This record gives sequence, structure tokens and C-alpha cells, in this order.
Amino acid sequence: MTERDEVIGESGVTDVFAAFEEDLPGGPSNQRGVIVRYLPAVVAFAVVILLWEGLTRLFGVETFVLPKPSEVMTSFLETAGVIWGAGFRTLIEAVGGFVIGVTLAVITSLAAARWVGFREGVLPLAIAANATPIVALAPIFNNWFSITSPFSKMAVVAVVVYFPVMINTTRGLLEVEPGEIELMRSMAASPTEVTRMVRIPNALPYFFASLKVASALSIIAAIVAEYFGGPQDVLGQYIINRANLFQFPDAWAAILVASILGVVFYLLVLGAERLVMPWHVSFRSTE
Amino acid sequence: MTEAVVEARGVGKVFGSGPDQTEALRGIDLDISSGDFVSLIGPSGCGKSTLLRIIGDLVGPTTGDIAVNGKTPDRARLDRDYGIVFQSATLLDWRTVQKNVELPLEIMDFPADVRPVRAAEMLELVQLGGFAGHFPWQLSGGMQQRVAIARALAFKPSLLLMDEPFGALDEMTRELMQQEVLRIWEETGTSVIFVTHSIPEAVFLSTKVVVMSPRPGRISEEIVIDLPRLRTQDTREDQRYFELITEVREALRREESGVADDRA
Repeated sequence: MTERDEVIGESGVTDVFAAFEEDLPGGPSNQRGVIVRYLPAVVAFAVVILLWEGLTRLFGVETFVLPKPSEVMTSFLETAGVIWGAGFRTLIEAVGGFVIGVTLAVITSLAAARWVGFREGVLPLAIAANATPIVALAPIFNNWFSITSPFSKMAVVAVVVYFPVMINTTRGLLEVEPGEIELMRSMAASPTEVTRMVRIPNALPYFFASLKVASALSIIAAIVAEYFGGPQDVLGQYIINRANLFQFPDAWAAILVASILGVVFYLLVLGAERLVMPWHVSFRSTE
Repeated sequence: MTEAVVEARGVGKVFGSGPDQTEALRGIDLDISSGDFVSLIGPSGCGKSTLLRIIGDLVGPTTGDIAVNGKTPDRARLDRDYGIVFQSATLLDWRTVQKNVELPLEIMDFPADVRPVRAAEMLELVQLGGFAGHFPWQLSGGMQQRVAIARALAFKPSLLLMDEPFGALDEMTRELMQQEVLRIWEETGTSVIFVTHSIPEAVFLSTKVVVMSPRPGRISEEIVIDLPRLRTQDTREDQRYFELITEVREALRREESGVADDRA
């Protein structure tokens, strides 16, 4: 307790991590706790893979219908250089579009929270636009930004990512507990202070929830955009080409790369969330 | 020591308009002097919270005049003349206890090196010295409310407004908190306006109890509490304490039957 009190002040954030480590049932350093926690997922994954391998062997399923996991694994190892290279280029598109889309979304949200007129004029339009299938724009962006340029794919990703982030962040900025606004008013806080001290921290959980969705969406959007045309050395085009040549284990290996990238991206966002808002309810110990 | 902190003349408040309108307050005349501890008591719907919020400039009156420290409530709010404690602690989840207490100091541009010192002082005052680094969710309801009191007092306002601050607490915690508020009031010399619907609470804490009646909210009686100023657990067993509780209860009951007579 006293130890914790000494590190308050500017370092309040690191302080709470110490508190969590003490309060968690096993503590994050407790290896057994981690294993027990993830054991069901690992077992389920292993069962699915084994069933897949066993059933495809048992019924003699042809490789061009559904390759065996062992065949996919062989291809994954043999073509590692090619598929990870393609994965990297696709990742650049996804991350670039993600950054552009999230930045624009945050700017729009802040404006919407600040100016009622802007909010009432633009938000209904944004919600309507959100209902249109945005990947359908991919051929048009290919035309605008050149089919082989990563920017045409980033544009698709940015538009796909923009709406969920913008709508959620705006909600978080606006759905503040009325008591907190009254409290700020009683202290004669300026609108800027209300935004900085109450609205933005209040919006962070909404923002990160949308970022988690957006991280997965950005990989999906990049690959779908590539299906509409692009350079040969990106995941979407690689998958199409290998499938056309009936090299299905290769296509599946590339899909595996895409899902690994998606999971890693998601975990990075999750890590950022824990760093930025360690106070949040979802990280509290349940005792 | 008898400067007027609050002077209300003919204050009325109407919410809504047309057929939906409700008259929350009518003809409120109220004087509160510096150093007073005044409780507003009455059944729900009597406008006691609305009156507190008018004094704090969280809502404006529809009619009448009100002065806080000789100024308009708006001016008094902008001058940071009062601290406020609501029924729920309204602590900001993302700030530690210490940073919550520092919130008004940040807004009011206290120097960065003064803020932690003052916050530590206030946390000592509410006896939470050891919890500066905790987050609100790590504290009990009573502790959260004490943080809210520390925050309201951090910038040493001349007036403390409390809107049923202990309404959500259990009886034991409540009595402890009452004792603490009295101690803080003695130590800081701030004037307090305290909204409650508990008769013993009002009598135990106050120098004056303002009894209100509903539909529309009016002040029906003001009862001076002449208990010795230093109140302890023994006060709760004092003969005079019980007499005053009876007096307030009868004032509230008179109002009830009065309302019934109006209808007859």
C-alpha cells in the first residue's frame, strides 16, 4: 500500500499495473494460470485440426475440394518466402488504410461532438453511407489510384474502417454521464476542458472497441480489394492465381498467413488498449 | 460571521410549458449566513434538490431573485464560490483518487506543484491518506463519497452544496460520514447547504433545518437546532436531540395534513 502511494503522481499508470498484479487471482506471472486459461481453446483447435485431417483421409476427399491440414502445412513451409512477402505487402495496405481511416474518423468525431449543426447534418449521412457495401467501391478506387498502386487498396480499407470507428467514437464522446457534465459545470470548466478531461477519456472504451473491429476489417478489406485486381505479389492476387492453377494447398497456406496477420494486428490493438486505459472495467480482477 | 451567503426572495421554478408544466418551487424566501449548516428536508417532489441546484446555478429560477455571496449564482459559479457533492460520487473512472481530487485544481489553474500537496491534505482530511493511488472502483461507496467531499473542498470554497450525499450508504457508514462532515465543517469553517430526507440526519448535522412541502415546493418552516455545536455520538442520545427530531417530524406532518385540507 505505502509502496503504491509513493509512485502516484505522474506515474499513476504504471502504478495500477502493480495493483493488478497483486489483485489478480494468480497474477500474470503465474504460468499455470495462463495455461489453464487458454487450455480449452488450444484443445478445441487441436481437435478441429485432427478431425479435419482424419475425415479428409477417411473419406478420401480430393485436394482440390479440401486439402488436408498436413498438405497445407507442407505448402506453408515450402512457399514461406513468397506468401510472407505477399502478406507483408498486403499488411502495408491494411495498416496504411487503417491509419488513414482511423485518423479521419477521429477528426470527424471530434467535430461532431463539438458542433451540433455538424452532427445533425453529417451523422445521418454517415450512417446511411455505412449501410452501403463499401468493398463494391474497389473497382472505382482501382481506377482512381491505379490498379497496381497500394494506395487504391488503402483507400478501400480507409473507407471500410472509417464508419465503425467514427460512429462509435462519436457515441463515446456524446454519451457522457450527465452528472459528470454537471460536475464540470459547477467548477466552471471550459468546453475544451470538458472535452479533454471527460469526453475523450469517456470515449476511449468505445474507440478501442471499434478499433478491434477495424483491425480485422482492414485485413479483410485489403484482400477483397486485391481480388478486384492488383500487383501479382499480394495475398489476394496470389490466392486467386494459385486457385486458378488448382494449387489449393498454396491458396490455403496464404489464407493461413492472412489469418495470422489478422490475429497479430488484433492483439496489437488489444495491447495498446491496455496501455492507454488500464483503469477500464474489462481489465479489473474478478476475484 | 453573519454575512449572507445565500439570499433568496420569491424564487419560483416551473419545468416544461403548456399542459405538461409542473411548478417545482413557489415563493422561496431563504437566508443563509456564513458558517451556517442548513439542511433542506421534505418529501420527494418538494423541490429541495431543485432549490440546491438553483443556488448552484445548475438550473436557473423562473421567477424571483437569488444572491450567492452577494452575486448572481452565475457569477458565483464562475468565481468558484462553491463545491458540490451529488448523491452519487461522480468520480472520473480514469483518474486515481488523487487525480480526482486534483480535478478542480487543474481546472482552476493551481500551480502543478501545489496540486498534489493540496490533494494529499484533503485526502488526510477525509481520512483516505493511504488510498491516493487507487482507482475509484477499488473503493467502497462510502470511501468514494469521501473522495467526492475532498474534491469539493480542495479549492477551499466558501460554500459546500450537498445533494443527499449519503443517500446510497448503509446506516453505519452514514453515521460515520455525518460525524466526518461535521468535523470537516468545524475545521474548514465553510458554510454547508445539505439536502436530505432523513430527519435524524438533518437534526444531527444542522444549525438550521428548513422544512419544505411539495406541489408546489415551498418552505413551510425553519427550525433552529440549538444543540451544542460540538456534536458526538452522545448527541444522538440527548433528550434535546429527540425533542428536535419530534419537532421536525411534526412540522413535516402538519404540512402533509395541510395539503390534505387544501384538497378537501
